[in-house]
Amino acid sequence: MTKKIVIVGGGLAGTIVGNGLARQLSRQLRNNEARITILGTTDQHMYQPGLLYVPFGRIREQELFRDQRKILNSAIHFHVDPVKKIDKKNNQVTTESGKTYDYDYLVVATGSRLRHDTIPGMTEGAHWFYDLEGARKMREALEAFEGGKVVVNINVPHKCPVAPLEIVFMLREYFENKGILDKCEITYTYPIGRLHALEPVAEWTQPEFDKYGVKYETFFNTKSVDPKKKTISSEEGVTLPYDLLVTVPPHSGAQVIDDSKLGKGGWALTEKETLLHEGSDNVFICGDATNIPISKAGSTAHFEADTIIDNIASLVTEGRMARKYDGKVFCFVETGLNSGTYVWFNYKTPPNPGPPSLMIHWFKLAYNRLYWLSARGLL
Amino acid sequence: MSETTTVDARGAYCPGPLMELIATLKLVEVGDEIEVLSSDKGSANDIPEWVAKVKHELVGINEKDDHWSIVVKKLK
Repeated sequence: MTKKIVIVGGGLAGTIVGNGLARQLSRQLRNNEARITILGTTDQHMYQPGLLYVPFGRIREQELFRDQRKILNSAIHFHVDPVKKIDKKNNQVTTESGKTYDYDYLVVATGSRLRHDTIPGMTEGAHWFYDLEGARKMREALEAFEGGKVVVNINVPHKCPVAPLEIVFMLREYFENKGILDKCEITYTYPIGRLHALEPVAEWTQPEFDKYGVKYETFFNTKSVDPKKKTISSEEGVTLPYDLLVTVPPHSGAQVIDDSKLGKGGWALTEKETLLHEGSDNVFICGDATNIPISKAGSTAHFEADTIIDNIASLVTEGRMARKYDGKVFCFVETGLNSGTYVWFNYKTPPNPGPPSLMIHWFKLAYNRLYWLSARGLL
Repeated sequence: MSETTTVDARGAYCPGPLMELIATLKLVEVGDEIEVLSSDKGSANDIPEWVAKVKHELVGINEKDDHWSIVVKKLK
Protein backbone atom coordinates (compact mmCIF):
# COMPACT_ATOMS: atom_id res chain seq x y z
CA MET A 1 0.00 0.00 0.00
CA THR A 2 1.32 3.44 -0.90
CA LYS A 3 1.71 5.66 2.17
CA LYS A 4 0.19 9.00 1.25
CA ILE A 5 1.77 12.05 2.86
CA VAL A 6 -0.03 15.34 2.29
CA ILE A 7 1.48 18.68 3.26
CA VAL A 8 -0.84 21.67 3.51
CA GLY A 9 1.15 24.84 2.83
CA GLY A 10 4.19 25.55 0.68
CA GLY A 11 5.97 28.09 2.85
CA LEU A 12 9.26 27.38 4.58
CA ALA A 13 7.82 24.74 6.94
CA GLY A 14 5.96 22.79 4.27
CA THR A 15 8.84 23.04 1.82
CA ILE A 16 11.49 21.76 4.25
CA VAL A 17 9.25 18.90 5.40
CA GLY A 18 8.51 17.93 1.79
CA ASN A 19 12.13 18.03 0.66
CA GLY A 20 13.40 16.29 3.80
CA LEU A 21 10.89 13.48 3.47
CA ALA A 22 11.67 13.12 -0.24
CA ARG A 23 15.33 12.55 0.67
CA GLN A 24 14.65 10.14 3.53
CA LEU A 25 12.01 8.21 1.62
CA SER A 26 13.63 8.30 -1.81
CA ARG A 27 13.55 4.52 -2.20
CA GLN A 28 9.92 4.30 -1.10
CA LEU A 29 9.00 7.11 -3.54
CA ARG A 30 10.77 5.35 -6.41
CA ASN A 31 8.98 2.06 -5.59
CA ASN A 32 5.61 3.76 -5.25
CA GLU A 33 5.48 2.76 -1.58
CA ALA A 34 5.12 6.43 -0.59
CA ARG A 35 3.76 9.57 -2.23
CA ILE A 36 4.29 13.16 -1.12
CA THR A 37 1.86 15.89 -2.15
CA ILE A 38 2.19 19.58 -1.26
CA LEU A 39 -0.88 21.79 -1.63
CA GLY A 40 0.15 25.44 -1.63
CA THR A 41 -1.33 28.87 -2.23
CA THR A 42 1.26 30.23 -4.69
CA ASP A 43 3.86 29.04 -7.21
CA GLN A 44 6.39 31.55 -5.83
CA HIS A 45 8.47 30.97 -2.69
CA MET A 46 9.39 34.15 -0.81
CA TYR A 47 12.34 34.61 1.58
CA GLN A 48 10.35 36.53 4.17
CA PRO A 49 13.25 37.75 6.38
CA GLY A 50 14.57 39.63 3.33
CA LEU A 51 11.60 41.99 3.57
CA LEU A 52 13.40 43.77 6.42
CA TYR A 53 15.91 45.17 3.91
CA VAL A 54 13.37 46.30 1.27
CA PRO A 55 12.43 49.66 2.89
CA PHE A 56 16.12 50.61 2.94
CA GLY A 57 16.86 49.51 -0.64
CA ARG A 58 19.33 46.95 0.70
CA ILE A 59 17.99 43.94 -1.20
CA ARG A 60 16.66 43.54 -4.71
CA GLU A 61 13.09 42.29 -4.84
CA GLN A 62 13.98 39.52 -7.27
CA GLU A 63 16.36 38.11 -4.62
CA LEU A 64 13.35 37.42 -2.41
CA PHE A 65 11.65 35.00 -4.79
CA ARG A 66 12.26 31.59 -6.34
CA ASP A 67 9.98 29.36 -8.37
CA GLN A 68 8.48 26.98 -5.78
CA ARG A 69 8.58 24.06 -8.22
CA LYS A 70 12.36 24.48 -8.65
CA ILE A 71 12.98 24.42 -4.89
CA LEU A 72 11.05 21.20 -4.42
CA ASN A 73 12.45 17.72 -4.94
CA SER A 74 11.22 16.49 -8.33
CA ALA A 75 9.57 13.47 -6.67
CA ILE A 76 7.09 15.73 -4.85
CA HIS A 77 3.65 16.31 -6.32
CA PHE A 78 3.05 20.05 -5.96
CA HIS A 79 -0.24 21.82 -6.71
CA VAL A 80 -1.27 25.43 -6.28
CA ASP A 81 -4.68 24.62 -4.86
CA PRO A 82 -5.29 25.93 -1.33
CA VAL A 83 -6.91 23.55 1.15
CA LYS A 84 -10.24 24.77 2.46
CA LYS A 85 -11.21 21.84 4.68
CA ILE A 86 -9.25 19.29 6.70
CA ASP A 87 -11.30 16.26 7.68
CA LYS A 88 -9.37 14.46 10.43
CA LYS A 89 -12.05 11.89 10.95
CA ASN A 90 -11.86 10.60 7.38
CA ASN A 91 -8.16 11.39 6.82
CA GLN A 92 -8.72 13.65 3.84
CA VAL A 93 -8.44 17.27 2.77
CA THR A 94 -10.55 19.20 0.27
CA THR A 95 -9.14 22.02 -1.85
CA GLU A 96 -10.63 25.19 -3.27
CA SER A 97 -10.87 23.56 -6.71
CA GLY A 98 -12.98 20.79 -5.20
CA LYS A 99 -10.38 18.02 -5.28
CA THR A 100 -10.10 15.62 -2.35
CA TYR A 101 -6.83 14.08 -1.20
CA ASP A 102 -6.67 11.11 1.19
CA TYR A 103 -3.71 10.90 3.53
CA ASP A 104 -1.99 8.50 5.89
CA TYR A 105 0.08 11.33 7.34
CA LEU A 106 -0.84 15.02 7.17
CA VAL A 107 1.42 17.98 7.85
CA VAL A 108 -0.39 21.26 8.45
CA ALA A 109 1.92 24.17 7.68
CA THR A 110 -0.54 26.94 6.94
CA GLY A 111 1.53 29.76 8.46
CA SER A 112 0.35 33.13 9.69
CA ARG A 113 -1.02 36.28 8.09
CA LEU A 114 -1.05 39.99 8.88
CA ARG A 115 -4.20 41.36 10.49
CA HIS A 116 -3.75 45.14 10.48
CA ASP A 117 -7.44 45.17 9.56
CA THR A 118 -8.34 44.14 13.14
CA ILE A 119 -7.18 47.49 14.59
CA PRO A 120 -9.24 50.54 13.54
CA GLY A 121 -7.27 52.96 11.37
CA MET A 122 -4.11 50.83 11.21
CA THR A 123 -4.42 49.86 7.53
CA GLU A 124 -4.85 53.49 6.49
CA GLY A 125 -2.45 55.11 8.95
CA ALA A 126 0.50 52.76 9.34
CA HIS A 127 3.40 51.35 7.35
CA TRP A 128 4.76 47.85 7.74
CA PHE A 129 7.45 45.70 6.18
CA TYR A 130 6.05 42.19 6.80
CA ASP A 131 4.74 41.82 3.25
CA LEU A 132 6.15 43.04 -0.06
CA GLU A 133 3.44 45.59 -0.80
CA GLY A 134 3.82 47.10 2.67
CA ALA A 135 7.63 47.12 2.45
CA ARG A 136 7.46 48.92 -0.92
CA LYS A 137 5.11 51.57 0.50
CA MET A 138 7.36 51.97 3.52
CA ARG A 139 10.35 52.46 1.20
CA GLU A 140 8.49 55.27 -0.60
CA ALA A 141 7.51 56.85 2.72
CA LEU A 142 11.10 56.75 3.97
CA GLU A 143 12.39 58.32 0.76
CA ALA A 144 9.95 61.20 1.20
CA PHE A 145 10.46 61.55 4.95
CA GLU A 146 12.36 64.67 6.01
CA GLY A 147 12.10 64.27 9.80
CA GLY A 148 9.55 64.25 12.60
CA LYS A 149 8.07 61.86 15.14
CA VAL A 150 8.53 58.21 14.20
CA VAL A 151 6.56 55.63 16.15
CA VAL A 152 7.59 51.98 15.83
CA ASN A 153 4.59 50.06 17.13
CA ILE A 154 4.67 46.35 17.98
CA ASN A 155 1.57 44.18 18.26
CA VAL A 156 0.92 40.66 19.43
CA PRO A 157 1.05 37.96 18.24
CA HIS A 158 3.69 38.42 15.55
CA LYS A 159 6.31 36.33 13.82
CA CYS A 160 10.05 37.02 13.71
CA PRO A 161 10.35 38.32 17.28
CA VAL A 162 13.57 40.29 16.79
CA ALA A 163 12.45 42.21 13.70
CA PRO A 164 10.85 44.92 15.91
CA LEU A 165 14.26 45.78 17.36
CA GLU A 166 16.09 45.40 14.06
CA ILE A 167 13.82 47.89 12.33
CA VAL A 168 14.48 50.47 15.06
CA PHE A 169 18.27 50.18 14.77
CA MET A 170 18.12 50.20 10.98
CA LEU A 171 15.78 53.21 10.88
CA ARG A 172 18.08 55.16 13.19
CA GLU A 173 21.10 54.43 11.03
CA TYR A 174 19.12 55.18 7.85
CA PHE A 175 18.14 58.59 9.22
CA GLU A 176 21.73 59.23 10.27
CA ASN A 177 23.02 58.36 6.79
CA LYS A 178 20.35 60.58 5.25
CA GLY A 179 21.49 63.47 7.49
CA ILE A 180 18.12 63.94 9.19
CA LEU A 181 18.69 62.10 12.47
CA ASP A 182 18.68 65.38 14.46
CA LYS A 183 15.19 66.08 13.08
CA CYS A 184 13.86 62.62 14.02
CA GLU A 185 12.44 61.35 17.30
CA ILE A 186 11.93 57.58 17.40
CA THR A 187 9.49 56.11 19.94
CA TYR A 188 9.20 52.33 20.25
CA THR A 189 6.08 50.76 21.75
CA TYR A 190 5.88 47.20 23.07
CA PRO A 191 2.96 45.21 24.51
CA ILE A 192 4.57 44.09 27.79
CA GLY A 193 6.50 45.85 30.55
CA ARG A 194 9.95 45.63 28.94
CA LEU A 195 11.47 46.23 25.50
CA HIS A 196 11.47 42.64 24.29
CA ALA A 197 9.81 39.35 25.16
CA LEU A 198 13.23 37.76 25.83
CA GLU A 199 14.44 39.22 29.13
CA PRO A 200 18.20 39.17 28.29
CA VAL A 201 17.46 40.82 24.94
CA ALA A 202 15.34 43.44 26.70
CA GLU A 203 18.15 44.10 29.18
CA TRP A 204 20.64 44.52 26.33
CA THR A 205 18.28 46.75 24.34
CA GLN A 206 17.46 49.36 26.98
CA PRO A 207 20.96 50.90 27.28
CA GLU A 208 21.30 50.73 23.49
CA PHE A 209 18.06 52.69 23.08
CA ASP A 210 19.16 55.13 25.80
CA LYS A 211 22.54 55.59 24.09
CA TYR A 212 20.87 56.42 20.78
CA GLY A 213 18.07 58.53 22.27
CA VAL A 214 15.33 56.10 21.22
CA LYS A 215 12.29 56.68 23.42
CA TYR A 216 10.03 53.83 24.48
CA GLU A 217 6.54 53.18 25.77
CA THR A 218 6.02 49.75 27.33
CA PHE A 219 2.67 48.14 28.18
CA PHE A 220 1.31 49.52 24.91
CA ASN A 221 -1.34 47.34 23.22
CA THR A 222 -2.79 49.17 20.26
CA LYS A 223 -6.46 50.09 20.48
CA SER A 224 -6.73 52.33 17.41
CA VAL A 225 -4.94 54.58 14.94
CA ASP A 226 -6.35 57.95 13.84
CA PRO A 227 -4.86 58.58 10.37
CA LYS A 228 -6.33 62.12 10.19
CA LYS A 229 -5.01 63.34 13.53
CA LYS A 230 -1.91 61.14 13.12
CA THR A 231 -2.17 59.58 16.55
CA ILE A 232 -2.01 56.04 17.88
CA SER A 233 -3.76 55.02 21.11
CA SER A 234 -3.33 52.06 23.43
CA GLU A 235 -5.68 49.91 25.51
CA GLU A 236 -3.66 51.18 28.47
CA GLY A 237 -4.82 54.77 27.83
CA VAL A 238 -1.75 56.33 26.16
CA THR A 239 -1.96 58.33 22.91
CA LEU A 240 1.13 59.16 20.87
CA PRO A 241 1.38 61.61 17.94
CA TYR A 242 3.30 60.50 14.86
CA ASP A 243 4.54 61.79 11.52
CA LEU A 244 5.59 58.31 10.40
CA LEU A 245 4.01 55.19 11.90
CA VAL A 246 5.78 51.86 11.38
CA THR A 247 3.93 48.89 12.80
CA VAL A 248 4.38 45.17 13.22
CA PRO A 249 0.71 44.25 12.83
CA PRO A 250 -0.98 41.52 14.88
CA HIS A 251 -1.07 38.15 13.14
CA SER A 252 -3.51 35.29 12.95
CA GLY A 253 -3.26 31.87 11.37
CA ALA A 254 -5.14 30.47 8.40
CA GLN A 255 -8.92 30.33 8.30
CA VAL A 256 -8.85 26.64 7.38
CA ILE A 257 -7.66 25.84 10.93
CA ASP A 258 -10.82 27.31 12.46
CA ASP A 259 -13.08 26.02 9.69
CA SER A 260 -11.74 22.50 10.26
CA LYS A 261 -11.99 22.82 14.06
CA LEU A 262 -8.26 22.24 14.55
CA GLY A 263 -7.84 25.32 16.73
CA LYS A 264 -8.70 28.99 17.21
CA GLY A 265 -7.41 32.12 15.50
CA GLY A 266 -5.71 29.96 12.90
CA TRP A 267 -3.43 28.34 15.50
CA ALA A 268 -3.81 24.56 15.64
CA LEU A 269 -3.75 22.79 19.02
CA THR A 270 -0.35 21.12 19.07
CA GLU A 271 1.50 18.76 21.44
CA LYS A 272 4.73 20.63 22.16
CA GLU A 273 7.13 17.66 21.89
CA THR A 274 5.52 15.39 19.29
CA LEU A 275 4.12 18.29 17.20
CA LEU A 276 1.05 16.13 16.66
CA HIS A 277 -2.34 17.76 16.61
CA GLU A 278 -3.86 17.19 20.04
CA GLY A 279 -5.51 13.76 20.13
CA SER A 280 -4.12 12.71 16.75
CA ASP A 281 -1.49 10.15 15.77
CA ASN A 282 -1.10 11.10 12.11
CA VAL A 283 -1.66 14.89 11.83
CA PHE A 284 1.43 17.01 12.47
CA ILE A 285 1.49 20.80 12.81
CA CYS A 286 4.57 22.75 11.74
CA GLY A 287 5.79 26.36 11.82
CA ASP A 288 3.68 29.41 12.59
CA ALA A 289 0.47 27.34 12.50
CA THR A 290 1.09 25.73 15.92
CA ASN A 291 -0.29 27.15 19.15
CA ILE A 292 2.90 26.21 21.03
CA PRO A 293 3.98 29.16 23.22
CA ILE A 294 7.30 29.72 21.45
CA SER A 295 8.52 32.20 18.83
CA LYS A 296 6.92 32.17 15.41
CA ALA A 297 10.07 32.26 13.30
CA GLY A 298 11.71 30.60 10.31
CA SER A 299 14.18 28.80 12.55
CA THR A 300 11.34 27.42 14.68
CA ALA A 301 9.69 26.09 11.53
CA HIS A 302 13.02 24.63 10.41
CA PHE A 303 13.79 22.80 13.67
CA GLU A 304 10.20 21.57 13.97
CA ALA A 305 10.33 20.39 10.35
CA ASP A 306 13.51 18.40 11.04
CA THR A 307 11.70 16.58 13.87
CA ILE A 308 8.59 15.91 11.78
CA ILE A 309 10.70 14.60 8.86
CA ASP A 310 12.43 12.10 11.14
CA ASN A 311 9.16 11.05 12.74
CA ILE A 312 7.14 10.56 9.56
CA ALA A 313 10.04 8.77 7.84
CA SER A 314 10.36 6.55 10.89
CA LEU A 315 6.62 5.89 11.02
CA VAL A 316 6.62 4.90 7.35
CA THR A 317 9.69 2.67 7.54
CA GLU A 318 9.68 1.40 11.14
CA GLY A 319 6.16 2.06 12.40
CA ARG A 320 7.29 4.24 15.33
CA MET A 321 8.10 7.85 16.19
CA ALA A 322 11.82 8.70 16.14
CA ARG A 323 12.30 11.65 18.46
CA LYS A 324 10.86 14.69 20.24
CA TYR A 325 11.11 18.41 19.45
CA ASP A 326 13.12 20.21 22.15
CA GLY A 327 11.72 23.69 21.50
CA LYS A 328 14.85 25.01 19.77
CA VAL A 329 14.71 28.52 18.31
CA PHE A 330 17.60 30.49 16.77
CA CYS A 331 17.45 34.12 15.67
CA PHE A 332 19.94 36.50 14.16
CA VAL A 333 19.53 40.04 15.50
CA GLU A 334 20.62 42.92 13.25
CA THR A 335 21.79 45.67 15.63
CA GLY A 336 22.36 48.24 12.88
CA LEU A 337 23.16 48.29 9.18
CA ASN A 338 26.66 46.91 9.94
CA SER A 339 26.49 44.86 13.12
CA GLY A 340 24.58 41.86 14.40
CA THR A 341 24.28 39.23 17.11
CA TYR A 342 22.25 36.05 17.62
CA VAL A 343 20.25 34.28 20.27
CA TRP A 344 19.13 30.68 20.71
CA PHE A 345 17.11 28.83 23.32
CA ASN A 346 14.91 25.79 23.78
CA TYR A 347 12.32 24.56 26.28
CA LYS A 348 14.99 24.08 28.95
CA THR A 349 17.82 26.47 28.03
CA PRO A 350 17.28 30.21 28.51
CA PRO A 351 18.55 32.65 25.88
CA ASN A 352 21.88 34.40 26.33
CA PRO A 353 22.76 36.74 23.42
CA GLY A 354 26.41 37.58 22.80
CA PRO A 355 27.96 40.96 21.95
CA PRO A 356 27.15 42.31 18.46
CA SER A 357 29.84 42.15 15.79
CA LEU A 358 30.42 42.89 12.12
CA MET A 359 31.18 39.20 11.54
CA ILE A 360 27.74 38.04 12.70
CA HIS A 361 26.12 40.72 10.53
CA TRP A 362 28.04 39.30 7.55
CA PHE A 363 26.91 35.80 8.45
CA LYS A 364 23.31 37.01 8.50
CA LEU A 365 23.84 38.49 5.04
CA ALA A 366 25.33 35.16 3.92
CA TYR A 367 22.33 33.34 5.37
CA ASN A 368 20.05 35.53 3.26
CA ARG A 369 21.38 33.41 0.39
CA LEU A 370 22.02 30.16 2.27
CA TYR A 371 18.29 30.17 3.06
CA TRP A 372 17.61 28.54 -0.28
CA LEU A 373 19.70 25.56 0.79
CA SER A 374 17.61 25.32 3.99
CA ALA A 375 14.40 25.33 1.97
CA ARG A 376 15.80 22.57 -0.23
CA GLY A 377 16.52 20.53 2.90
CA LEU A 378 20.30 20.66 2.38
CA LEU A 379 21.23 22.90 5.34
CA MET B 1 -21.87 30.19 29.03
CA SER B 2 -18.35 31.34 29.90
CA GLU B 3 -15.40 29.09 29.18
CA THR B 4 -11.90 28.70 30.61
CA THR B 5 -8.91 28.42 28.29
CA THR B 6 -5.62 27.17 29.68
CA VAL B 7 -2.37 28.57 28.29
CA ASP B 8 0.54 26.36 29.31
CA ALA B 9 3.43 28.82 29.02
CA ARG B 10 5.78 26.89 31.33
CA GLY B 11 9.28 27.06 29.90
CA ALA B 12 8.22 29.69 27.36
CA TYR B 13 11.04 32.22 27.03
CA CYS B 14 9.70 33.94 23.93
CA PRO B 15 7.15 35.40 23.53
CA GLY B 16 6.49 34.49 27.17
CA PRO B 17 3.45 34.13 29.42
CA LEU B 18 2.14 37.73 29.30
CA MET B 19 2.39 37.92 25.50
CA GLU B 20 0.59 34.55 25.29
CA LEU B 21 -2.13 35.91 27.60
CA ILE B 22 -2.58 39.05 25.47
CA ALA B 23 -2.76 36.99 22.27
CA THR B 24 -5.25 34.55 23.79
CA LEU B 25 -7.49 37.33 25.13
CA LYS B 26 -8.11 38.31 21.50
CA LEU B 27 -9.52 34.84 20.80
CA VAL B 28 -11.98 34.45 23.70
CA GLU B 29 -15.31 36.06 24.53
CA VAL B 30 -16.02 38.71 27.18
CA GLY B 31 -16.68 36.87 30.43
CA ASP B 32 -14.38 33.95 29.57
CA GLU B 33 -11.44 33.12 31.81
CA ILE B 34 -7.86 32.29 30.87
CA GLU B 35 -5.59 30.30 33.13
CA VAL B 36 -1.91 31.00 32.44
CA LEU B 37 0.59 28.45 33.71
CA SER B 38 4.02 30.04 34.05
CA SER B 39 7.36 28.86 35.41
CA ASP B 40 8.62 32.47 35.29
CA LYS B 41 8.21 34.07 38.71
CA GLY B 42 8.10 37.50 36.98
CA SER B 43 4.68 36.53 35.61
CA ALA B 44 3.21 36.68 39.10
CA ASN B 45 3.98 40.41 39.04
CA ASP B 46 3.76 41.56 35.44
CA ILE B 47 0.49 39.80 34.56
CA PRO B 48 -1.45 41.37 37.48
CA GLU B 49 0.16 44.74 36.72
CA TRP B 50 -0.96 44.64 33.09
CA VAL B 51 -4.41 43.24 33.91
CA ALA B 52 -4.98 46.19 36.29
CA LYS B 53 -3.82 48.68 33.62
CA VAL B 54 -6.25 47.45 30.97
CA LYS B 55 -9.04 46.74 33.46
CA HIS B 56 -9.59 43.03 33.05
CA GLU B 57 -10.17 41.00 36.25
CA LEU B 58 -7.50 39.08 38.09
CA VAL B 59 -9.42 36.08 39.40
CA GLY B 60 -6.53 34.49 41.27
CA ILE B 61 -2.84 33.61 41.57
CA ASN B 62 -1.77 30.25 42.94
CA GLU B 63 1.80 29.12 43.48
CA LYS B 64 2.11 25.41 42.66
CA ASP B 65 5.15 23.16 43.13
CA ASP B 66 7.19 24.47 40.23
CA HIS B 67 4.99 27.08 38.56
CA TRP B 68 2.32 29.72 39.01
CA SER B 69 -1.30 29.49 37.93
CA ILE B 70 -2.75 32.92 37.11
CA VAL B 71 -6.43 33.21 36.19
CA VAL B 72 -7.71 36.28 34.33
CA LYS B 73 -11.28 37.12 33.30
CA LYS B 74 -11.87 39.12 30.11
CA LEU B 75 -14.06 42.11 30.93
CA LYS B 76 -14.17 44.06 27.66
